[in-house]
Amino acid sequence: MPDSIFRPYSPSDALRSDRSAGDRQRHRQKVRESIRENIADLVAEESIIGKDKDKIIKVPIRGMKEYRFIYGDNTPGVGQGDGNSQPGQVLGRQQGQQGQGDEKAGDQPGVDYYETDVTLEELIEIMFEDLELPDMERKILREVLSERISKRKGYRRAGIRIRLDKKRTAISRIRRKLAVQRRVGDEWDEEQRFPFHQDDMTYRHLITDTRPESNAVVFCIMDTSGSMDTMKKYLARSFFFLLFQFVSTKYRNVELVFVAHHTEGREVTEEEFFHKGESGGTFISSGYTKALEIIQERYHPTLWNVYAFHCSDGDNFESDNPATLKAAKELCSVCNLFGYGEIKPLGSRYYESSMLNIFRRLEADNFQTVLIERKEDIWPSFKAFLAKERTHEATVSAEA
Amino acid sequence: MAVDWDVRDLEYWDEKIREKVEEFGLSCFPQEFEVCDHFQMLGAMAYSGMPSHYPHWSYGKSYEKLKTMYDYGISGLPYEMVINSSPSLAYLMRDNTLCLQILTIAHVYGHNDFFANNFTFSSTRAELTLNLFKIHADRVRKYMEDPSIGVEKVEDLLDAAHAIAIQCRRNLAIKKLSIEEDRRRLLDVAKPLSDPFQNVHKRQTYVQPDLQKTPPSPEEDILLFVRDHNPYLSEWEKDLLTIVHERERYFLPQIETKIMNEGWASFWHREILNSLHLPQELHLEFLVRHNQVVRPFPRGLNPYYLGLRLWDDIKRRHDDPTPEEIEKYGKPTKTGMQAIFEVREVDRDASFLRRFLTEELMRDMDMFQYEPRGEEMVVSKVSDQDGWREVKETLIKNVGLGTVPVIKIEDADHGHNRVLYMRHHHDGRDLQLEYAERTLAYIQRLWGHEVMVETAVNGKKVLLSYSDKGFSTRPLK
Repeated sequence: MPDSIFRPYSPSDALRSDRSAGDRQRHRQKVRESIRENIADLVAEESIIGKDKDKIIKVPIRGMKEYRFIYGDNTPGVGQGDGNSQPGQVLGRQQGQQGQGDEKAGDQPGVDYYETDVTLEELIEIMFEDLELPDMERKILREVLSERISKRKGYRRAGIRIRLDKKRTAISRIRRKLAVQRRVGDEWDEEQRFPFHQDDMTYRHLITDTRPESNAVVFCIMDTSGSMDTMKKYLARSFFFLLFQFVSTKYRNVELVFVAHHTEGREVTEEEFFHKGESGGTFISSGYTKALEIIQERYHPTLWNVYAFHCSDGDNFESDNPATLKAAKELCSVCNLFGYGEIKPLGSRYYESSMLNIFRRLEADNFQTVLIERKEDIWPSFKAFLAKERTHEATVSAEA
Repeated sequence: MAVDWDVRDLEYWDEKIREKVEEFGLSCFPQEFEVCDHFQMLGAMAYSGMPSHYPHWSYGKSYEKLKTMYDYGISGLPYEMVINSSPSLAYLMRDNTLCLQILTIAHVYGHNDFFANNFTFSSTRAELTLNLFKIHADRVRKYMEDPSIGVEKVEDLLDAAHAIAIQCRRNLAIKKLSIEEDRRRLLDVAKPLSDPFQNVHKRQTYVQPDLQKTPPSPEEDILLFVRDHNPYLSEWEKDLLTIVHERERYFLPQIETKIMNEGWASFWHREILNSLHLPQELHLEFLVRHNQVVRPFPRGLNPYYLGLRLWDDIKRRHDDPTPEEIEKYGKPTKTGMQAIFEVREVDRDASFLRRFLTEELMRDMDMFQYEPRGEEMVVSKVSDQDGWREVKETLIKNVGLGTVPVIKIEDADHGHNRVLYMRHHHDGRDLQLEYAERTLAYIQRLWGHEVMVETAVNGKKVLLSYSDKGFSTRPLK
């Protein structure tokens, strides 16, 4: 037989080995689609709530299956024992046994779960891909806070080298050449050099532009009275988390303010907000008043986009309701969006009082209420929260 | 790992190995080796070793999966990878020791000889393989770049085609008849045989065969049938179906001969290395590595181990039969070498096991059959006097195309309504229904009209169908 050929290792070939890059990307796209379809389940998972933004989280992904006709569960197989196999001996659970030695191209269903690394940011991006923040009322003086960016605006004959527009410069030269040709007529010599002239030089002109709205603040207001148990707090926390993450995707600088209230409102740290249980009755108005105070002091609505969201189980003292309604109205007037989420784990709803009825009397375009009964509701109600506003906005702009 | 060799060492040993290869009478395609690192190996594996292959997301998935398993140490990388082509192309891992490279090179020649001589590979046209894959890749890319087609459409069609690619003809030795030839055959078969005692016998009834039916007799090659009988497919779609079919056809022999092929290569790397007079430390490492490769997997089946045991046993039974074996099988007429060279040409895993896996071997390897019982996997039969035949049958059902359900097209115009009617030839194993549903959806996509498959679930006949209204099942009488 002829001599065999040996091709030594060459690192440059390593580039070629990355030919799967395109297919990996397509696969990742498909995985993303599947994540988006299952987003409601993922959001309900405790593990993603409240994590650091850059943290990589492992999302178990049901593998993109490649379907074909295969045999089902009642298929017997053959294995090899250590010499003492007896009928009736238990080998273990189903699944793990199959196809151990034999790896034919995926003709066994097996466990098609595997984990994929997704940064929280990526996940949020996927989640919010099709959600838009309702176009809010523009803030006066917003430009004070905006950042400066460069924007192209027209062309100039003078400029710095780096902004030279080669195409336009060349066109300009051709134009001049044709003009000269026409003037000279038959005496034109094709061989003649026709260099660029200072007048041909065309430069892009840049101006600095200002970009609107950069700052936002999210107010998380929560009822911490005795009736808010861990489950209710968890649901509230999930909702706040989504709201914060969502607002963060839309603004460069987002601040969070936590206001806890029972019979009086207090500004607290995140830690206290979620973990410290308190007891006593509920004056919702106290939380709203506190939020209004903070807005007046630090986040003046002319300079800040304010988002406020309040979570409660709806159990308010009767006597406080008129004050609450009044404070809510005031909040609506200073906030871009104000929402109220009533958290009523299933079953509790019928014998407890509800603020939803009270808030029905509040007429404001930027006010929304949602009802959360279990963790699967979080994502749909969050979407509804923004979507409703959008349709509303749409009708408003249609009228205008 | 520190590397203790360079390419000159490989060439030195390769020459010695090739001397032995010729001495032993292996006849190989010319061989090329490429030294690669683990990234390149992963890349090669994702595309079944093909230097060029058409793109599809599933290969990206396969890469990610291989890489994850490798990164987490769940599975290592193979020492080598060799593809059936002429010249044959093999990848050697850069990080392996000299001993492993020598073992691998010898192993590769074993595979190479098998590719070149086993009858299942005679349809693969080895000298055209690499070109064929390249041309296919170029065509698929062209369709992807075509603005009127695009990646999405091409991938959707490939998804569907991949789902049924393996539903193709199982025995290439049986000639495929054209529709006309098949109709003529049906007429011939229907003709009553001439009967010298026709005066005494009852008159034979003549049953008119249904010549209108397409296909005239059940058809296994679903992909090609759809390609040829769906007039609404466009040219590029038909071309993609052909490409996928040809790819699958190329890989089928490897699926069909896994145990034989790995056993054969292991047999020869052992013979060759034992005859090379390796320096002692290399030889000791070789023994360790060899035993790692061909060790039995507890509770599983290692094709390297099973294959090697069988080849050794065939050889021994011819060279050195026991008195009982002479009594049972007669006196051997060939030497062991003649016998194994003949077998490597004419068998595939199913027939190899059927012919040469003996009761004694099965008992010696303690082979058992397991079945699901409730949540657990339970040993249901062992290789004792009563059970071994059944265990063997089950094993044969689990190798090669035995793992692929037999589904044939019965009628392409069922109910005179262009419904594609298929039948699953049930052998005791039910179809996995989720997979069946999704696969039917793909066939429906390709056929463009309702498709049905007749099968049985838990002993009851069922008709699964998929139309534009979705999936439905109904019991059959």
